[in-house]
Amino acid sequence: MGIEIEQPCVELSNVAVSETHGEDSPYFAGWKAYDENPYDELSNPSGVIQMGLAENQVSFDLLEKYLEEHPEASTWGKGAPGFRENALFQDYHGLKTFRTAMATFMEKVRGGRVKFDPQRVVLTAGATAANELLTFILANPGDALLVPTPYYPGFDRDLRWRTGVNIVPIHCDSLNNFQITPEALECAYKDAEAMNFKVRGVLITNPSNPLGITIPRSVLEEILDFVTRKNIHLVSDEIYSGSVFSSSEFTSVAEILEGREYKNAERVHIVYSLSKDLGLPGFRVGTIYSYNDKVVTTARRMSSFTLISSQTQHLLASMLSDEKFTENYIETNRERLRKRYEMIIEGLRSAGIECLKGNAGLFCWMNMSPLLEKPTREGELKLWNAILHQVKLNISPGSSCHSSEPGWFRVCFANMTEHTLEIALQRIRHFVERIRTQTESV
Amino acid sequence: MTQTRKPSSKPEAREAQNPSFSSSGMKLIVPLQGVVQGRGGLLLGTLVPCALFYFLQLYLKRRRSTANCNPPSPSSEPTLPRTSSRSNLSARGSISRVRISRLATQISRPDESLYYVGLDRVSRDPYHALDNPDGVIQLGLADNKLCLDLIGEWVARNLEDSVVGTGLNINGIAPYQTYDGLMELKMALSDFMHQVMGESVKFDPSNMVLTAGATPAIEILSFCLADQGNAFLVPTPYYPGFDRDVRWRPGVDLIPVHCRSADNFNLNITALEQAYSQARKRGVKVRGILISNPSNPVGNIMTQDMLYSLLDFAEEKNIHIIADEVFAGSTYGSEKFVSLAEILDSDYIDKSRVHIVYGLSKDLSLAGFRVGVICSFNDSVLAAAKKLSRFSSISAPTQRLVTSMLSDKRFIREYFETNRKRIQQVHDEFVDCLSKLGIKCAKSCAGMYCWADMNGLIRPYSEKGEIELWEKFLSIAKINITPGSSCHCIEPGWFRICFTTITLEEIPLVIERIRRVVESCKSSS
Repeated sequence: MGIEIEQPCVELSNVAVSETHGEDSPYFAGWKAYDENPYDELSNPSGVIQMGLAENQVSFDLLEKYLEEHPEASTWGKGAPGFRENALFQDYHGLKTFRTAMATFMEKVRGGRVKFDPQRVVLTAGATAANELLTFILANPGDALLVPTPYYPGFDRDLRWRTGVNIVPIHCDSLNNFQITPEALECAYKDAEAMNFKVRGVLITNPSNPLGITIPRSVLEEILDFVTRKNIHLVSDEIYSGSVFSSSEFTSVAEILEGREYKNAERVHIVYSLSKDLGLPGFRVGTIYSYNDKVVTTARRMSSFTLISSQTQHLLASMLSDEKFTENYIETNRERLRKRYEMIIEGLRSAGIECLKGNAGLFCWMNMSPLLEKPTREGELKLWNAILHQVKLNISPGSSCHSSEPGWFRVCFANMTEHTLEIALQRIRHFVERIRTQTESV
Repeated sequence: MTQTRKPSSKPEAREAQNPSFSSSGMKLIVPLQGVVQGRGGLLLGTLVPCALFYFLQLYLKRRRSTANCNPPSPSSEPTLPRTSSRSNLSARGSISRVRISRLATQISRPDESLYYVGLDRVSRDPYHALDNPDGVIQLGLADNKLCLDLIGEWVARNLEDSVVGTGLNINGIAPYQTYDGLMELKMALSDFMHQVMGESVKFDPSNMVLTAGATPAIEILSFCLADQGNAFLVPTPYYPGFDRDVRWRPGVDLIPVHCRSADNFNLNITALEQAYSQARKRGVKVRGILISNPSNPVGNIMTQDMLYSLLDFAEEKNIHIIADEVFAGSTYGSEKFVSLAEILDSDYIDKSRVHIVYGLSKDLSLAGFRVGVICSFNDSVLAAAKKLSRFSSISAPTQRLVTSMLSDKRFIREYFETNRKRIQQVHDEFVDCLSKLGIKCAKSCAGMYCWADMNGLIRPYSEKGEIELWEKFLSIAKINITPGSSCHCIEPGWFRICFTTITLEEIPLVIERIRRVVESCKSSS
């Protein structure tokens, strides 16, 4: 028998061993529970229903119809010539046709109220990469970005992990429907200073995730004034801009800039993606639109690490340039999302649960604080656990979104059939009744 | 083909030389700052005046920029065209412009690496047989165009089915997929690599993380294996892109281990040892060795013995090895490629320090599709890399298409046979023609380029002479080749010339253009 000599373990980096990826939070834990026992209408009707994933599946048929009617989109026409250029084409400028198509589509989504220059479109493999890339460009390690709460849990990873940048929250609460106020902005800035962080920018999501509301024009103006005063950047993640239930209710920061004749625009950068509005997260298509030349140049170069497949660019270029298709899609998608939203609001209301009045997105912001045993984070997590394991619904607790008020939950409604949504609503109704009866009998 | 990537060289060197700082005052500041920041404990008499001077300059600079409506763009790229409604985009009237990060400032500067400058020159005036016969011929990008016809035919025959499936069910490819790649593609890639790298190599799909090209694969590994300020040892000459992949965002340094023509640019362990000890003396923590095998730009293959020696070295120092094997399938000589993975079978070897990077850009000519792989035997690295791959995932329809292509075993076999033959043909012809011009190449058996010795043509025998020759090739001969200095080669006069971006028939044209330069060099001497 030999003697075992312990081998020295080869070390990994701090980034590799850090927990900043945040994947140990309940937001992700719920997903694991779903993965282990996923609901299926036929084969597993008592499984966990996934309501924690903001995915849009309501308009697939429109996409399929387009591809069926336009087979040349997915081929390169007959023969190799188009293919030759495409297969090798790995220039980080991206296919010009695709960049132009993206700019056009973004204009359509904003009702033609703004113009986007294809030269300012930088392509990335998803908005996740776009947000991280912008953070690398706008801030040094140790600096801070101000982000309104509650916010998308993924930001903790996307904005902080490899970049070493900090997030300082801009606190918003239910008293004014979670709107961002100038006071809250100033407060956050001071908080950052107190922590010795240099603030480099404000990052907003408009329409908001997880709130499901658009930011009013007046608030956007205030935010723009704030970042101008402080001489910092503004990143507007408008990934849900095409998922606003009514077009007139969304104002993009681009519109405000155009109104101001692009004064001070060099501090503004817009992030967009096809993952939500077009329901194509698997395609990995994101963009950065910047009004700052240096940022565009730098982002382009850095996008080498996150290029979109030329095949995908080609596939989508023709689709997104097809006016008839995009207009119809945007309108139909909006309408369907609105109907879904109304369905879930009604369903929740009949169970005695109120939600924040929303007008966009693939989810609603649900108020379950009356059901909390204790109005604390622990109370919220306890309720969340019960909902996950007893009711078998995966929803996202507000604490994972850094909400300062316990009891709020994000519930997604667009990633399932109507039937499944009905089932989910039934389960919630029964659960709430059970709790009410329990509380009453005590 | 057009450029893909941008600047590289050492930030410190660039800072000192770069003339594009916006005011000449900064030329004074930078060396002063260097002095001030160099060591602690400077006499106050030096420190205070320097600080005052610095603030004075800063104040003056700010005053100048308010008066300046349109500060010149530091980028060498054409300024972005503006519509009239955007004419106010520049900092008109603003006193302090909003700042970007240090990293971004560094990256936004004009390219200094001639590797990228050359790519840029081609993109402005690209050769085309019919439309632009006097344009610049691209011989500076290791892309394989020789067998695109085969791939194109396959795609034309199979695309519809392989991407959206029968019935056009988009449900499969639209939703979120696992970020580190579909299992089907991992399995297909595993099989493919098995074919390419030899029978004894078998990669378990569970040891693989897929990324959008080999470029992010190298970057992700750099993030996982080293901290900012650490270093990897890298044999020279090396692929210029490493400077970007490893230095930019991970902030890891690359310490060259110089290889010489006397050894046909093969690595020798003594040089490795020396580089390691010197780094240690300077207080730099070496975390790993980065090799490309087959080598880019030389095109030689590491022997099994050398691979064992490397492993022993890494074991002894307790560091990692990253082996970039993207050209594994592009061999044409008689030597057989041996993957690092092949020799890992012994029990005494700690597999957890070995990480292999592969991709389909070279061997399958699919650079535009962005398909790369990290193969690691270290569970923690795999776990971290999986999470990081979300920033660089492969597009789902492309994963489907490529899975389908790789599963067509007959096609893959035919492709490889034909590809090998064509590369060999073009290589042999090209190297032969070059030697008739008096230009010898290093002995190579893989890759898409030859490593040509032009030291007889440069005057003086230095980097300066080499750069002048490079410029001659670009302006007189209108061909873009990569000078050895961009690859950090210690001996001046070597150039990497890619031959897979031209056809056999175009070789005489290229040779003729090279002859012009050779003649011009001889006549001027």
